[in-house]
Amino acid sequence: MLGLEKKDVTLLAVVALLAFAAPFILNPFPEGSEMAQFNAGYPDLMQRFVIFGIFAIGYNILFGLTGYLSFGHAAFLGVGSYSAVWMFKLLSMNVIPAIILSIIVAGLFSLVIGFVSLRRSGIYFSILTLAFAQMSFNLAYSVLTPITNGETGLQLTLNDPRILGASTGADGSIPVTSLFGIEMRSTYEMHAGAWLFQFNAGYYVCAIILVAAFYLAMRIFRSPFGLMLRAVKTNQTRLNYTGLNARPYTLAAFVISGMYAGLAGGLMASMDPLAGADRMQWTASGEVVLMTILGGTGTLLGPVLGAGFIKYFENIFSKINDNVLHGWFAALPDGLEDTLVFIVHPFVGKGWNMTLGLMFMAVVIFLPGGLMEGGQRLAKLFRKKDKPSGDDSEHHPKQAPHVAE
Amino acid sequence: MDAILLQTLNGLDKGSAYALIALGLTLIFGTLGVVNFAHGALFMLGAFCAVTVSKLLTLSFETVDPTRVDFLGNPLKVKTAYVESWFGPEFGGALIDWAVPLSILFAIPVMIGIGYVVERGLIKHFYKRPHADQILVTFGLAIVLQEVVKYFFGANPIPTPAPDAFKGSFDFGALIGMEANAIIYPYWRMVYFFFAAVIIGAVFAFLQFTTFGMVVRAGMADRETVGLLGINIDKKFTIMFGIAAAVAGLAGAMYAPINSPNYHMGMDFLVLSFVVVVVGGMGSLPGAVLAGFMLGILESFASMNAIKSLLPGIDQIIIYVVAIIILLTRPRGLMGRKGVMED
Repeated sequence: MLGLEKKDVTLLAVVALLAFAAPFILNPFPEGSEMAQFNAGYPDLMQRFVIFGIFAIGYNILFGLTGYLSFGHAAFLGVGSYSAVWMFKLLSMNVIPAIILSIIVAGLFSLVIGFVSLRRSGIYFSILTLAFAQMSFNLAYSVLTPITNGETGLQLTLNDPRILGASTGADGSIPVTSLFGIEMRSTYEMHAGAWLFQFNAGYYVCAIILVAAFYLAMRIFRSPFGLMLRAVKTNQTRLNYTGLNARPYTLAAFVISGMYAGLAGGLMASMDPLAGADRMQWTASGEVVLMTILGGTGTLLGPVLGAGFIKYFENIFSKINDNVLHGWFAALPDGLEDTLVFIVHPFVGKGWNMTLGLMFMAVVIFLPGGLMEGGQRLAKLFRKKDKPSGDDSEHHPKQAPHVAE
Repeated sequence: MDAILLQTLNGLDKGSAYALIALGLTLIFGTLGVVNFAHGALFMLGAFCAVTVSKLLTLSFETVDPTRVDFLGNPLKVKTAYVESWFGPEFGGALIDWAVPLSILFAIPVMIGIGYVVERGLIKHFYKRPHADQILVTFGLAIVLQEVVKYFFGANPIPTPAPDAFKGSFDFGALIGMEANAIIYPYWRMVYFFFAAVIIGAVFAFLQFTTFGMVVRAGMADRETVGLLGINIDKKFTIMFGIAAAVAGLAGAMYAPINSPNYHMGMDFLVLSFVVVVVGGMGSLPGAVLAGFMLGILESFASMNAIKSLLPGIDQIIIYVVAIIILLTRPRGLMGRKGVMED
C-alpha cells in the first residue's frame, strides 16, 4: 500500500494515529488536578511538537543518512519564517502560498549553501555550514533590516497591501492566518467529565503535514536514492572508487533537508505570524542536532520522538519552581524536604538548560543510538532469547564510521 | 597611515584572544585528535577565575565608626576588606587593585585541574569515537559549564576592572614620533597583547626546547611509533590538555577588564575561534596564531566607517567570508599539514 512494505504502513498508521489523537493522549490528567501541570495537550505546545518534529525529520535525512553534520540548519528555518511572513504581508493570510514560498526559498538558499559547503566533508563541512548560518544571522540583524526588520523581528501591520486579502480584518484589527477561511487559531474545546480537550485547527494542519512529511521521508529511506545516501555515510571513498560521484546525492539530501526546515519555518510563521533573527542562531541549529541524536540518528521515528521529548521537558521543567517542589515533597520531614528541594532546584525552572546539557552528554556517552536504541535494549531485556537477533537495520543502525575518518 | 595603524592596534586585542583560544584548540586537536567544543567554556571559566579572585579579595566585614555619621544621623558603617585589615590598608588595597593580574596565579592551577578532570573523566572515552560524537559531547559539556557558572554568578556581566595603573589610555602616536593625539590606545589592551605574546612564546618554547615538548611533538607526528618506543604518550597528552585549558583560562582571565565576563561569553568566542583554527589549518600551531591575529585585525579594519559605507554589513561577516574563501581555495587552511583531517 502506498508503495510501502507492510511493516512501514503500520508505522505510518501509528504515527498518524498518534498525531491525530494527540489532544487526547497528551492530556491524561483531569483539569485543575495536581498533575494537570504535566498535561501537554494545549495548542501552542502541540504545534511546537509537530513543527520541530518536521524539522528533525528533515535534518535526519541529511545527518542520519549521509553522516554530514550540519551546524547551520536553523538558517533555513529562519529563511522559511521570513518568506512566509512576507507572503502574509503581500499576498493574503492564506497559509498555503506562504508555506509553498517558504519551502521554495529555503530550498534555493540551501542549494547555494550546500553547493559550496559540500565541497568539503567532516569537520570542515560543519564549520562551513556554521559560518554560513552565523553570516545569515548577522546579516539579518544588521544590513538586511529592510527585509528582516532587525532586532524587532518581522511582524504584520495594518498597512500591509495583502493583494488577495484584506489589509484589515472585519473589526479593524490585523487579520489572522487561515486556510480557506478556517482560522489557524480557532480551537474547539471538548469537556468530558473533568477533562478538557482542545482541538486546534492550526495543530491539525501541522499534523497532516507531519504525516505527509513522515511518509515522504519513509519513501526516501526505502528508495535507491536513500540507499545511495547510506553508502555515502558508510564509505564515501569506496563509493568514489566505483566511479560514482557522491556529490549530487549529498547535495540533493542537503536541499531536501533544507526544504523540510523551510517548511517547518513556514508553519511556525503560519501559527504565529512573526519571524525573528534569533531563530537562525547557531544554538537553534544545535537544538535540532540534539533532537535528532536524542531520538536516534538514522531511524525514522527517532527524530520525531526526540523533538517531542525535548520540547515537552523544556516546557514542563521550566515551569517547575520552588513552590511546586515544596508541594511535591510536602509529605517528607521538613529537613529532608528542604534538602531535596535544594538539590533539585538547580535543574528545574531557569536551570532547565543544565538538565538539557547533562541529558545531551548522557545520551552521547551511554546511548549513541538515542531513545530508539534505548527502547530496543529494553525490549531485548524482556524478550526471550529464542528469537534470532534479526535486527531490522532501520531501527538498530550499526555504528558506521564517519565520512571524514 | 595613522588610521591603518590605529585599526591594526585595535584588532590586536581581539586577535590576541582569538590566537590564544585557537592555540589551545589546536593543541588539543593536534595531540588528542579531539574536536573540543567546550573550549570557549574554558575561556569563560578563566574569566570567572578573575571574577572569583576579585570577589574573594574584596570580601569584607562591617564595623561601626562612632566618630562619623551618615546623612540620616546614624553612626556610619564602614566596610573593610579582610585583606586590608590583615595586611594594612596600603598593601591590602594594592592587592585588591591588582586582582586581575593576581588571578593568573589562581587561574593556572585551577584551569590545569579542570582540564585534567575533563580529559580523564570525559574526553578519554571519545578518542575512538567519530568526530561528530566528540563535537556533540563537548557541546553538551559547554552547556553544563555555562549553566553552572550562571547558577553561581548570575546572568549579568560582572565588571572586573584593571589595576588603576593601567586604566585609561595613552598616546601611542606620540610614542613613535607621530603627531600628538593621533593614536590613543588603552593601556590594558597593550598589556593584553604583550601578555598573549608571552604566553604564545612560552608554549612554543615549551614544545620546542624541552624534552617533554619534544616527546609531545613526536606524538603529534606519529603517536603509534612513540607508543612503541615505550613512552606513555596518553599521559603526556593529558597534561597537554591541561596546558591548553590553562592557556584558554589565562586568555579569559586577562580579558575580563576588556569585556565584563558573562556566562555566555565563551560561546561567542568559540564559533569564531573554530573559524580561526580552520583558516589557520587544523593541527598547525603557527597557523592558529597567525590566523587569529589576521582575522582580529581584518575584523577591526572592516568596522572602519569608510569601508562600512562602501560595503554595508561587512564588519559583521568579514571573518566568515574570509573563512569560506580560504576553505574553498586552500582546503588545508593557511598552514595546514598534509594528511590532517582531509577527506
